[in-house]
Amino acid sequence: MTTRIDTKFAALKAEGRPGFVSYIMSGDPNYDTSLEILRGLPDAGADIIELGMCFTDPMADGVAIQLAAQRALAGGQTLPKTLELVQEFRKQDSETPLILMGYYNPIYIYGVDAFLAAAKAAGVDGLIVVDLPPEEDDELCIPANKAGMNFIRLATPTTDEVRLPAVLQNTSGFVYYVSITGITGTAAAQQDAVAAAVGRLKAFTDLPIAVGFGITTPDQVAEIGSVADAAVVGSAIVRQIEANLDEHGKAKPGLVDAVLDYTRTLSQRLR
Amino acid sequence: MSTPNSYMTGPDERGLFGIFGGRFVAETLMPLILDLEREWGEAKLDLAFWEEFNMLAKDYVGRPSPLYFAERLTEELGGAKIYFKRDELNHTGAHKINNCLGQILLARRMGKTRIIAETGAGQHGVATATVCALFGLPCTVYMGATDVERQAPNVFRMRLLGAEIKPVTSGSGTLKDAMNEALRDWVTNVEDTFYIIGTAAGPHPYPAMVRDFQSVIGKEAKAQMLEREGRLPDSLVACIGGGSNALGLFHPFLDDKDVRIIGVEAGGHGLEGEEHAASLTGGKPGVLHGNRTYLLQDADGQIIEGHSISAGLDYPGIGPEHSWLRDVGRVEYVYAKDTEALEAFQLCCRTEGIIPALEPSHALAHVTKIAPDLPKDHIMIMNLCGRGDKDIFTVAKHLGFDMASVMGETTQ
Repeated sequence: MTTRIDTKFAALKAEGRPGFVSYIMSGDPNYDTSLEILRGLPDAGADIIELGMCFTDPMADGVAIQLAAQRALAGGQTLPKTLELVQEFRKQDSETPLILMGYYNPIYIYGVDAFLAAAKAAGVDGLIVVDLPPEEDDELCIPANKAGMNFIRLATPTTDEVRLPAVLQNTSGFVYYVSITGITGTAAAQQDAVAAAVGRLKAFTDLPIAVGFGITTPDQVAEIGSVADAAVVGSAIVRQIEANLDEHGKAKPGLVDAVLDYTRTLSQRLR
Repeated sequence: MSTPNSYMTGPDERGLFGIFGGRFVAETLMPLILDLEREWGEAKLDLAFWEEFNMLAKDYVGRPSPLYFAERLTEELGGAKIYFKRDELNHTGAHKINNCLGQILLARRMGKTRIIAETGAGQHGVATATVCALFGLPCTVYMGATDVERQAPNVFRMRLLGAEIKPVTSGSGTLKDAMNEALRDWVTNVEDTFYIIGTAAGPHPYPAMVRDFQSVIGKEAKAQMLEREGRLPDSLVACIGGGSNALGLFHPFLDDKDVRIIGVEAGGHGLEGEEHAASLTGGKPGVLHGNRTYLLQDADGQIIEGHSISAGLDYPGIGPEHSWLRDVGRVEYVYAKDTEALEAFQLCCRTEGIIPALEPSHALAHVTKIAPDLPKDHIMIMNLCGRGDKDIFTVAKHLGFDMASVMGETTQ
């Protein structure tokens, strides 16, 4: 089965350039504003969109995304509302791949089968669920693959060659290489180390390799783009949302443009 | 659900107790978790490892802890014969040290050079800082900013013991957030760091490993009871936050089918609202902090803060083995409210001359409910898992005793 993600990477290959993957938290700082940002992302150069599903206990995320989740939760965001957001987005965009990223519990509580059906119907193409390693593939990964949804796995600097085949086994769409041992939005990834790691992964898989965690500046986007199939930026974009809130946490006028302009400065480095 | 032949064989090779437990962690941690499982598997069978553990348990912790017949309390309640397993007499004043000792020996065996831990009330933090001082390893303790304020004496103890305290302001700034932050630290410092988890929860192998270290409580209690009364007890009662003291007492008795086993959760202000920490009686299964277990959560799967007068019980989850023991019906789970625990706290002081921690005061509260109706030859063991020195400020506040003004008067 060919998904929007497969199609996109094939197109990027044909264009001869790396892809730009942008992350925002669904419902941050509120439902309407995040829908507006989401709708603007493809034009701002996002080849693929990762949409965060908020969770009270994001144990793999740094401060920027933790705060984004808290803003979303305070605004009443839930998993059903996130699916609604995707549905709204799909009314205007039927091409840009969209991946939901988050933690397992809200999905588990929604019910795996019901969630997969609803996500598919809303137009979700793939899932990244941080706290589901290959050891727990029966939970969601295998059902997702059966439902025709890509399950994108994280590979990390601690994933050794003995372990890689297990990590790659049920992965589809692309492989997300976590460039640092750490949480999102903290240390900077070193280009040499990333290049070596991407090379190592390529020996084991034909899937495209996207690299994320710790990419924050336009220069880093360009550096990572030169050694991987795509670069992922999350925290740096989310911080633009934070920077455009007033003292009550409400969106200042111009927030959406500020976020999209910033995204454009990043994505342009790959074009 | 069918009855297993033995309740003591879990978890399986995937770390599951029935559907509970597992390894729900980020990929970065997965290789470490597998390493830990392998090392623990070897250490567990290594006599030299246990020799060192037992030697320190005896000479440093003060084990075995006494099994004490609480005669005046028994008379007061007028029913069952009540024994206390006195883990509050351990060095550092609670059962927490049993586990910390075991884990730091494993950390050393694995060549780890830095220790991290989470703490709520500070008891596990103090126990971790203690064993780190004992072995000269640097120690970082994550503690919710709210708890740092509430538990100043333990913060100071940890500092004296050489630990670095990191107040956690993310999320709601309590125990679950401290655990998130410890996991974030671990993900960042995978090479040199060992995470000493304080209760029988977290990703496999932690729940089984912590249980095995704490099982010293139940093994001793069993031998002491046989020596003292010539038979097994009729019932066991222990309080439950994450559930390590309870599992430590219960586990060696799980296959003794005639022993009634009761776990007491923190009922806070009661189970009608959200102001409690009774995950088993008021929560439902979910996935948090590396394991599937009963959790306090809303309809969207967002985690709800636990509440209890006892800072050691207000965790929104519980060890996965308890979740399984509940579902298979081997252990009964009940709860005691803040007010009931406060009453029991005072009763224990008055009748036995023992100031208990607020955590086992919950267990005692349940004992006072059931003991009077039981026959005089019914033998009950309650795990007195911690002493109450840390709680006197909280209790004074709830009883309307103005400690600050008394201290002011005496210094003038």
